[in-house]
Amino acid sequence: MRLAGIHHGAGGACWLLVAPLLGLVIALYAWPVAEILWLGFSDPEPGLQNYEKLFTRTALAKILWTTLRICTITTLLSVTIGYLIAYTMVHLGARERSWMLTLVLISFWVSVLVRAFAWLTLLGRNGPVNAALAAGGLIDEPVAFVRNELGVLIGMTHYMIPYAVLPLLANMQGIDRRIMDASHNLGAGAATTFTRIYLPLTTPGVVAASLLVFVISLGFYVTPALLGGGRVLMVAEYVSVQVLVTVQWGVASMLATLLLAGVFGLMYVLSRFMRLGDVFGARA
Amino acid sequence: MRIERLSKRFGDFTAVSEVDLHVRRGEFLTLLGPSGSGKTTLLMMIAGFVEPTSGDLRLDGRSIRSLLPEKREFGMVFQGYALFPHMTVRRNVAYPLEIRKRPRHAVRERVDEMLALVQLEDFADRLPHQLSGGQQQRVALARALSFGPRVLLLDEPLGALDKKLRGEMQVQLKHLHRRIGTTFVYVTHDQEEALSMSDRVAIMNHGAKVQVGSPEALYERPATTFAAGFLGRSNFLRGIVTGRRGGCATYAVAGREYRQEDPERRLQPGAGVTLALRPEKLEVAPARPDGVDGAGSVGAGNAGPNRLAGVVGDVTYLGSTLSVSVTTDGAGTLIAEVRPRDGPGVAEPGHNVCLEWMPDAAVIVDDMQSPA
Repeated sequence: MRLAGIHHGAGGACWLLVAPLLGLVIALYAWPVAEILWLGFSDPEPGLQNYEKLFTRTALAKILWTTLRICTITTLLSVTIGYLIAYTMVHLGARERSWMLTLVLISFWVSVLVRAFAWLTLLGRNGPVNAALAAGGLIDEPVAFVRNELGVLIGMTHYMIPYAVLPLLANMQGIDRRIMDASHNLGAGAATTFTRIYLPLTTPGVVAASLLVFVISLGFYVTPALLGGGRVLMVAEYVSVQVLVTVQWGVASMLATLLLAGVFGLMYVLSRFMRLGDVFGARA
Repeated sequence: MRIERLSKRFGDFTAVSEVDLHVRRGEFLTLLGPSGSGKTTLLMMIAGFVEPTSGDLRLDGRSIRSLLPEKREFGMVFQGYALFPHMTVRRNVAYPLEIRKRPRHAVRERVDEMLALVQLEDFADRLPHQLSGGQQQRVALARALSFGPRVLLLDEPLGALDKKLRGEMQVQLKHLHRRIGTTFVYVTHDQEEALSMSDRVAIMNHGAKVQVGSPEALYERPATTFAAGFLGRSNFLRGIVTGRRGGCATYAVAGREYRQEDPERRLQPGAGVTLALRPEKLEVAPARPDGVDGAGSVGAGNAGPNRLAGVVGDVTYLGSTLSVSVTTDGAGTLIAEVRPRDGPGVAEPGHNVCLEWMPDAAVIVDDMQSPA
């Protein structure tokens, strides 16, 4: 009992130690966010009219639908490509792996703005890709790669691939390769071993990567704005327009609340199936 | 199964070099060697995970060298077990049967049978991480045996277990082998495991096969200093052959002559000789007043023991025996293992003693001090 008491006391002291930091977070982060979110219910006048607009304004529903569609496709593409990259990396020698990791990280560090402009140049009507395709006789008219939804998907997928690769790589590196050897030894071919052993074992990595990519994609702003050529409007850009141009803080706040609730909802659903600590590689 | 001149090189490094080995049907063969001796690489080549650089593997006369691991029908118990962590014990054991598309009821029956065999009926619905090391080991065994493999390969399966459990598992494994009659090829660096379980042991060192034989044959008649030193403990005497006396050769170490039984006349006068002498073959007797030293005392004829004088250094109590180290004059320090009740009064540190051994107690071995 005495020991337990001392232990409990130490726990209390610990809380005191982190209290200043906690206070800082609440004052500078949690409180302002709550204020902003509250605007959705109070601006321009108290009530739920901002949320009502979701059902009355078709433009809003369309933006949400576009956002969901683009984020889902981006997630599928980047996790699939990321899976292939991570799989290759795990099965390469240590030196080749570190080279590939460097390449992945370099693209990770290049500014999103630079990358969007790079794609614009590469894939534009008179860009090298269209020029090469035309020279090869494959097309007569330049293909519209950018300034549409395809451009947004290309840019976002490119941006998100490193985010998919890293959790998958961590997951795959943690798998004992003898488990796959055991499967072969027991008579399973490559395809069976992949579907029955490897895929289930990498599911936590796939889930983590998908969640990470999807959540980050929801907030994309620069890439759709540039590569979409103004034709593809996603939530983040719309929020920015509401705040900066039309000054409708209420609507902006309502959309931000929706995004936040969506993210938390996803996390909750996920936590029902697996421990989040496992998914994100935290060790107790 | 025949292993013919099988080699594996990784760049400049030769992991396994020209190993010939005949694995007999139904036997328990152990590949024994220190780490880095190539025993695991050899096993991986048998399993098909490592491609041989040269040589061949034949099973019932057919070459299986280019056969994929999944086509070989060899069960394997991996180091660390390699159980499928996302499957229950039952599904782990059922896996090879499901792969072979056995009917569902047959799978269930066979899994139950296997779980009973390894006494894990009550753990069928657990996941591997909910089991102890010994239980996981048994699941791996049941899984590797469930489809009736032609050969069971075991890669240091008891390495991760504590000493007591290891002893129990050794007994169980041997029992299991006798019951099911499958050929076992077992890899270990633990000489005690090799001696206690195997029908035959192949000792490996530096990627090469050193000696193959039954545990008794290897222990009693090691062919090289490596075999003698790795399997049990051994003293080595290095001398020059001086002549023959009856069925014995005589040899000299540091100016004194000893006798060694040599009916096959392997020892030629003038040649160097290395003898392996097990500690338990040495008797520790009180020092002789007349200081007789060397091959038999005068008048003892051919029947007398060899004698060597020395001073007792350390005496280590090992329970059933005492290990006595004796520093001799010219033959280095020898270890003798004696019964504790023979020790007091004689095997005391600092005492002068006389080591005695019969001419047939030592074994002529090839000197492997400087491997080629």
